[in-house]
Amino acid sequence: MVEAVRIYLLLAGTWMRSAAQYPASMVMLLATQAVATFLDAAAILIVFAHTPRLGGFSLPEVMFLYATSGISVAVADITLGTVERLGEHIRHGTLDTLLLRPVGPLLQIATEDFNPRRMGKLVPTAVMLVVSLRHLDLHWTLARAATLPLMLAGGVGIFWALWVLAAAWQFAVVDGKQAANSITYGGAYVTQYPLSIFGRDALRGLTWVLPLAFVNWEPALYVLGRPDPLGLPVFFRFASPLVAAVLAVLAALAWRTGLRHYQSTGS
Amino acid sequence: MRLYAWIAAYALRRYSTYRVAALSATFTNTIFGFMRAGVLIALWHARPSLGGYDVTDAVTFSFLTQALIEPVRIFGGSLDLTERIRTGDISIDLHRPVDLQGWWLADDLGRAGFALFSRGVPPLLGGALVFSLRWPSSPATWAAFAGSVLLAMLVSFGLRYLISLTVFWLHDDRGVNGISLITSMFFSGMIVPLVVFPGRLGTVAQLLPWAALIQMPADVFLGRRTDLLHVYAFQGGWAAVLLAAGRLLTMTARRRLVVNGG
Amino acid sequence: MIEVDEVCKSFTVRRRSGRLRRSRTLVGAVDRISFTVAAGEFVGYLGPNGAGKSTTIKMLTGILTPTSGRVRVSGLDPSRQRTALARRIGVVFGQRTTLWWDLPLRDSLTLVRHLYRVERSTHQARLAELTELLELGAFLDTPVRQLSLGQRMRGDLAAALVHDPELLVLDEPTIGLDVISKATVRAFLTRLNTERGTTILLTTHDLGDVERLCRRVMVIDHGRLAYDGSLPRLRAALDADRILIVDLARAAPPIEVDGARVVRTDGPRQWLAIPPSGNAAAVVAAVAARHEVEDISLREPGIEDLITRLYGGGVPADR
Repeated sequence: MVEAVRIYLLLAGTWMRSAAQYPASMVMLLATQAVATFLDAAAILIVFAHTPRLGGFSLPEVMFLYATSGISVAVADITLGTVERLGEHIRHGTLDTLLLRPVGPLLQIATEDFNPRRMGKLVPTAVMLVVSLRHLDLHWTLARAATLPLMLAGGVGIFWALWVLAAAWQFAVVDGKQAANSITYGGAYVTQYPLSIFGRDALRGLTWVLPLAFVNWEPALYVLGRPDPLGLPVFFRFASPLVAAVLAVLAALAWRTGLRHYQSTGS
Repeated sequence: MRLYAWIAAYALRRYSTYRVAALSATFTNTIFGFMRAGVLIALWHARPSLGGYDVTDAVTFSFLTQALIEPVRIFGGSLDLTERIRTGDISIDLHRPVDLQGWWLADDLGRAGFALFSRGVPPLLGGALVFSLRWPSSPATWAAFAGSVLLAMLVSFGLRYLISLTVFWLHDDRGVNGISLITSMFFSGMIVPLVVFPGRLGTVAQLLPWAALIQMPADVFLGRRTDLLHVYAFQGGWAAVLLAAGRLLTMTARRRLVVNGG
Repeated sequence: MIEVDEVCKSFTVRRRSGRLRRSRTLVGAVDRISFTVAAGEFVGYLGPNGAGKSTTIKMLTGILTPTSGRVRVSGLDPSRQRTALARRIGVVFGQRTTLWWDLPLRDSLTLVRHLYRVERSTHQARLAELTELLELGAFLDTPVRQLSLGQRMRGDLAAALVHDPELLVLDEPTIGLDVISKATVRAFLTRLNTERGTTILLTTHDLGDVERLCRRVMVIDHGRLAYDGSLPRLRAALDADRILIVDLARAAPPIEVDGARVVRTDGPRQWLAIPPSGNAAAVVAAVAARHEVEDISLREPGIEDLITRLYGGGVPADR
């Protein structure tokens, strides 16, 4: 594990130096990423310009959901987002060269093109978390305060697993990257909002089938002091890390299976 | 003219070979249609006749947006033309007895034509399976919608052609591509319909070329705009301005290429 | 060093059959291949495109798992112990660089040192040696994207050897290189093999590589090992007829000329075989004197011809 982190930092650092060759492009990309994140938030502000509550939730509450989801997605994307390029590596035969190094291919693809732009989403969402917390007017208890880092960590873990699953899927369907986006970027999109607005059936699906509810919804209900519309036991509010762990095991299995059955292209 | 028709037909065939990729993308477009519809339904629950839309309009709008993503390339980005500019192959193209802008326009229309069916139909069908959507009430509305989509494709090409040509001066298109993605997403009404944009922001957004990409065809589709002359004049006007700007920039680029010797 | 025993590899290919149905077919790429390579050998592995060369190399390096049979490299099972094996072998794919495009060559080599956990002092000595032998000094601090093909290939070779592997696998290392780069690479490989004792397995299309480097040659065709033997025997087989291709103005009966015989005709085109001892110039002059000739070309026997001959002779089809 320590070795993997060492290699990860080494590779990421090398790509950073590589990116430093094009400073103007990097600054522009970093800025656009940040602006894009703010525009997403602007969309929420536009919605709330017309209504004080969305699905029963206030603006600071939705901002809290938006920010916690955004931070989890940003951290997962920064560290692992490029694994979705697996399909390209298979198509171009470059996965073969990655397999020749004494370092796992997942690590190599995850660090690929590592550059400052990846931070573009993290800073704005972190700012929004602070802003939303200041407007929330919550009675902070130790348990509430402890739930916040727990949900962020669980969210990161869930998105890590989703990204690896999305990559592993491309071992089976090489051109399937965009379909996999529906769980990675789709997951990032729905968790910005209170999941209850999508209806009870969707909420059940997002709890039991594709457990995106554990990214931030379930723990946020506890932090915001709201009842669970599905009436699930209190334990579910704190289950994020457990769900993340289960998904991580599934993702690791899928990745290994895919790699083992990998059929390299002709030459 | 025959040549351009051939270029368009060739592009259509070329794009139709990537079936799995198209299928996989259209699947995600449809899923996103449901998610966006969910958000808009919640908003229209709180404000039933917001922006003159009712819930059915808003839901239809979500799926229509997803259907038009690829035909009008809402995510922006440059044409494959940039690659030819970067490698210098462009100097060969400029010496061909074919108009550069015309060539790429034909190519892009071929691409858009394939996208209209492969990427446009499934999200609408998917949406119709779950929700009752608002369909055009008469064949005339369908025809008006078709004309509006065609004009939207021209505007989209006009924008992307200009972006592609900036590579002549900037050498790296990633930055401009990023900016084009953001402006196009936000000002087309993709994230939130333009009818919901408040106050002056809404007025300005309705006048920008990106309004011609999705908001206008959607309003024609929903039967909210029957003043076709105005709609077409707006879309056609922007298309003409953008295409003319593209011509001018092509000429400047050509002169620059001649002066600098490629 | 390498043991390959009755190895097969087949791929599942999905084919469209009919409008909607898809059928799966097994396509054999390598069919019951067996060979061993001892430590210190320098082996050429030849064969036409699609014969199974790349598939074999990928099985030896652990990228692909054999369908059946047993592979051992450096005493390891490549597909199960890929990472462990990667530390002990070096691989260079001629058409694919593993170097960092935007960084100086030196940085890539330092990174590889970390990936393979080579001690700093060992690395410095090794780098100095590789720099001298591969003549890297002039461009060690140049970004890789600015290097010529030959320079990049030398850089890739250095990167594959930073961890001092026991076995070096090369896939078309001289493809597209200029004459001088080729000579540098070949001289380097010979020294690596003789002085350091590194085992080398080389696939190539370039007969020059084989003649100058390899003491042993294996030929694969249609997934089967067609030849495994010494270079002299290969050379004997190589001393085959050269083929003179004559395009006449119009179709004619087979040309009769001293020192050559017609082996094939196709309309106005005729193929004449000239034995190794024959004088091609004399044959060309004689043909041109007696017939109206539109075009004429002489083809030296290449690997593809050689392989065809190994399979039972005859004149290879015109390509």
